[in-house]
Amino acid sequence: MFVLTLFTRIVILVLAAASLNLIMGYGGMMSFGHAAYLGIGGYAVGILAQEGFGSGFLQFPVALAASAIYALVIGALSLRTRGVYFIMITLAFAQMAYYVASGLARYGGDDGLTVYKRSDFGGLINLSNRTQFYYLCLACLLGVVFLIWRIVNSRFGMVVQGLRSNEQRMQAIGFPAKRYKLVCFVISGTLCGLAGALLANNTDFVSPAVMYWTRSGDLMVMVILGGMGVLFGPVVGAVAYLLLEELLSQVTEYWALIMGPLLLLVVLFGRGGIMGLLGRLNRG
Amino acid sequence: MRTAFWLAGATALALAGPAYAGETIKIGFVSTFSGPTAVIGNDMRNSFELALDHLGRKMGGKPVEVIYEDDGQKPDVGKQKTEKLVQSDHVDFIAGYIWSNVLLASLKSAVDSQTFLISANAGPSQLAGELCSPYVFSTSWQNDQTPQAMGLYMNQKGVKSVFLIGPNYAAGKDMLAGVKSTFKGKVVGEEYTVWPSQLDFSAELSKARASGAESVFVFYPGAAGVQFLNQYTQAGLKQQIPLYTAFTIDELSLPLQKENALGVPGAQEWVNDLPNEQNKRFVADYRKKYPNLRPTFYGAQSYDAAQLINSAVVAVGGDTSKKDAMKAAMEKVNFESVRGSFKYGNNHIPIQNFYLQDVVKDADGQLSLKTVATIIKDSQDSFHDKCPMK
Amino acid sequence: MVRSVSNHVARSILSCDTPQPEHDLRTRMLLVVEQFLNGLQFGLLLFLLAAGLTLVFGIMDLVNLAHGSLYMMGAYFAATFVAWTGNFLLGAVLALAATLLLGIVLEFTTLRHLYGRDHLDHVLATFGLILFFNEAVRLIWGPAGLALPLPAWLTVPVAILPGIYYPAYRLAIIVVALVVALLLYLGVMRTRVGMLIRAGASNREMIGALGINIKLLYTLVFGLGAALAGLAGLMQAPILTVQIGMGENILILAFVIIVIGGIGSIRGAFLAAIFVGIIDTMGRAFLPNLLRQMLSSAAASTAAPALSSMLIYLVMAIVLVVRPEGLFPANRRFIRKRAATCSY
Repeated sequence: MFVLTLFTRIVILVLAAASLNLIMGYGGMMSFGHAAYLGIGGYAVGILAQEGFGSGFLQFPVALAASAIYALVIGALSLRTRGVYFIMITLAFAQMAYYVASGLARYGGDDGLTVYKRSDFGGLINLSNRTQFYYLCLACLLGVVFLIWRIVNSRFGMVVQGLRSNEQRMQAIGFPAKRYKLVCFVISGTLCGLAGALLANNTDFVSPAVMYWTRSGDLMVMVILGGMGVLFGPVVGAVAYLLLEELLSQVTEYWALIMGPLLLLVVLFGRGGIMGLLGRLNRG
Repeated sequence: MRTAFWLAGATALALAGPAYAGETIKIGFVSTFSGPTAVIGNDMRNSFELALDHLGRKMGGKPVEVIYEDDGQKPDVGKQKTEKLVQSDHVDFIAGYIWSNVLLASLKSAVDSQTFLISANAGPSQLAGELCSPYVFSTSWQNDQTPQAMGLYMNQKGVKSVFLIGPNYAAGKDMLAGVKSTFKGKVVGEEYTVWPSQLDFSAELSKARASGAESVFVFYPGAAGVQFLNQYTQAGLKQQIPLYTAFTIDELSLPLQKENALGVPGAQEWVNDLPNEQNKRFVADYRKKYPNLRPTFYGAQSYDAAQLINSAVVAVGGDTSKKDAMKAAMEKVNFESVRGSFKYGNNHIPIQNFYLQDVVKDADGQLSLKTVATIIKDSQDSFHDKCPMK
Repeated sequence: MVRSVSNHVARSILSCDTPQPEHDLRTRMLLVVEQFLNGLQFGLLLFLLAAGLTLVFGIMDLVNLAHGSLYMMGAYFAATFVAWTGNFLLGAVLALAATLLLGIVLEFTTLRHLYGRDHLDHVLATFGLILFFNEAVRLIWGPAGLALPLPAWLTVPVAILPGIYYPAYRLAIIVVALVVALLLYLGVMRTRVGMLIRAGASNREMIGALGINIKLLYTLVFGLGAALAGLAGLMQAPILTVQIGMGENILILAFVIIVIGGIGSIRGAFLAAIFVGIIDTMGRAFLPNLLRQMLSSAAASTAAPALSSMLIYLVMAIVLVVRPEGLFPANRRFIRKRAATCSY
């Protein structure tokens, strides 16, 4: 039973990492504040549940809409900057979201909010049934990966990838760089908000801690570890990272002593993350 | 895509496993074993292990298996570990929990699965009130109780005004509310700091000094307590304004606080020198088993948690499916607590004495904690009316 | 009893709620001055951390998340060496040397292989280093943390103005940090090595082309940055305890500072650090009272710590929106060039 809970969590985090990969890997926008959407999606579910609105048909759209609006606002401001300044400004906004959540006394403040009833989808699907919930998350993940695949291979996706390689040239050709990037940023944020809503249902709990910068860092590490800008990179990265953590922590209490140098080795010898490493092995 | 299918397959296998009913008594223990507050978790584990030694590592004739899980002081991790213990290990009891917020996040998983949960430290007000449950017992206190005792002591000392400082999380708010409920003087200021990341209290200390308060009350568990006392002394406030505390000075923080803690009073339901036989044995054997360490109230509560579980298992002859009988047995408190005797209220929170502890130099010049007086006898928490259990 | 009552009367005259306008104003003014000092001290400490970070970032273009680990190691070394030697200053000097050495070893063995790589590779690799250092410290020193007691002459409060007592040790931090800042300024502006550092910050390829031994320069700069982080750690240690993970929260503040100040700029880091230190402290000090006038007391008490922690990030976001390259960018040309060719 617990393995199911664990895998559900992994699937949800893979979904979050995949959404980050869309802007980081394909769009070249290094967001260090992606965990904010996990929190926004989660709090949308938690707050509505606490106020007596248990219907998932309300909770999920609100979670997605809230994430999209947040992404639109911070994206519009953040995209004025680039490079490491972009990393830092997205971090700043996520930290602000974190502190706003800590200040919500009515919804548990720092301690977080227990979700006593999972989102209610009527007779359609029962989220309290662990198997059904797992397959829902899996379906969401497959849907999102498919969507990203379609986006990446569409004209829009080509433009965004072109912007990553050379923004000036693209602009010279006549593409409104910022607008394209902003749309990409909002799509990514919305998808991560979906992960947040699922995560709150999986843990029956949401707290400011899911938005803390170390969580954004975890998501980044998953994407880089797997391989950026590769469709299945974040899937491999997140699964490897989370399973390794789970397995190593069962072998030794000092698991981080192995995990740390392992990450270092992946960077030093495996350019392009695990997928890059595999690709080179394949080529011999 | 292949990965996704592999995931699906792996989980299907896991689902097929049969429900497990064992010949051992299985206990889950959730506490903090990593990060700066791991010392607290270690002390709880040491004491729990010592209790099992004293019980011959058997309960009701069956061998005991304990699974320790690390919550990392994070509510979501604690919740996840609790879920694992309940769903995957099928434990009969879950004990531990240092932090109020971790306990509040984990509570639902344990109660939903009708697994007995013994809080060996955390005591948020909700647990005593609206969230009380037949499956939840405490071997500690409700958060407000200890500072309430401190408030009473400050009244006895004739303190007229106080400045309150505490961390901004469930227990911090309960603690300051506790002092306010019994202290009869004036509360001239109240400061909450970001928990657990804020470690520099200079701004708060300057305000305390400027407020002209006659006393300062603080609650800072673990390393934060060390930092607070360091900074209080360095600011010269220790000579100026008497400090009153709850859960800020204990045997773990004292070696780091050193002279800064000398003469700073605290309230506690257990002190290492309480004169009952069970306690003498606990303290002596603890120091024998772990030569460089001293037991703390966290440990004492964990020791009692093991004894409480044992009393339940013995009452049903090892048949842990008899939940009602185990609940009835635990409600009787049929064991010798290291804090002396206590009773359970309707909400399964102890009705117990609180003592005044002080930091003194013992015979070999070592700093140690000492019981000075009994502040209040048979104190019951003020939330038991809100608990629907009668 | 009598004494405590008379004490109380004496104090209540000084307190804010008695109708004594002159005393009231004076107490408040003193409080503002004291809080300003608290902010200055905090800011200067942050400067030490940020200075090393901005040098490494500006010159080697290396994002070093493990900078906070060097800060932690400085504190652990100091606690260990002070306990061994029994002398605070001697222990501090040894700790500084040890962190410097550690920095050089770290640069030599791993980090130099990361120069020229993508920033994200840096993030992943140095994140791995953080995990490693935290765990290694737990293995060597145990999970409990260490205490670094101050010598008696540093524990007394000093009257810096009539009515203002300030901890001697915090004053010492202010003095040491100001001296270090001055030395850094002179070192960077007036010496040959300093000139190379400045040259490196504004154009890396160029100094290599000039035939300067870049590898040695890089190792030196990284060692210097490590030593500065170690100094910050060991000076902070007696105020906070020495514990695992102590570098992570403060690291983010250091990053905020170098971004506000402009990457690679020591002057920018100095000004931004003091600015951030004062904003943070003043926010914590005066925001709660301000909020209490607008909200209920309970709501204000919960919201205030959250809001005051948010302040710094708000400032950073505003600075970046208005001036996307920080307030004092050291390498304008460089950034503009990168903006054109860089992959993101």
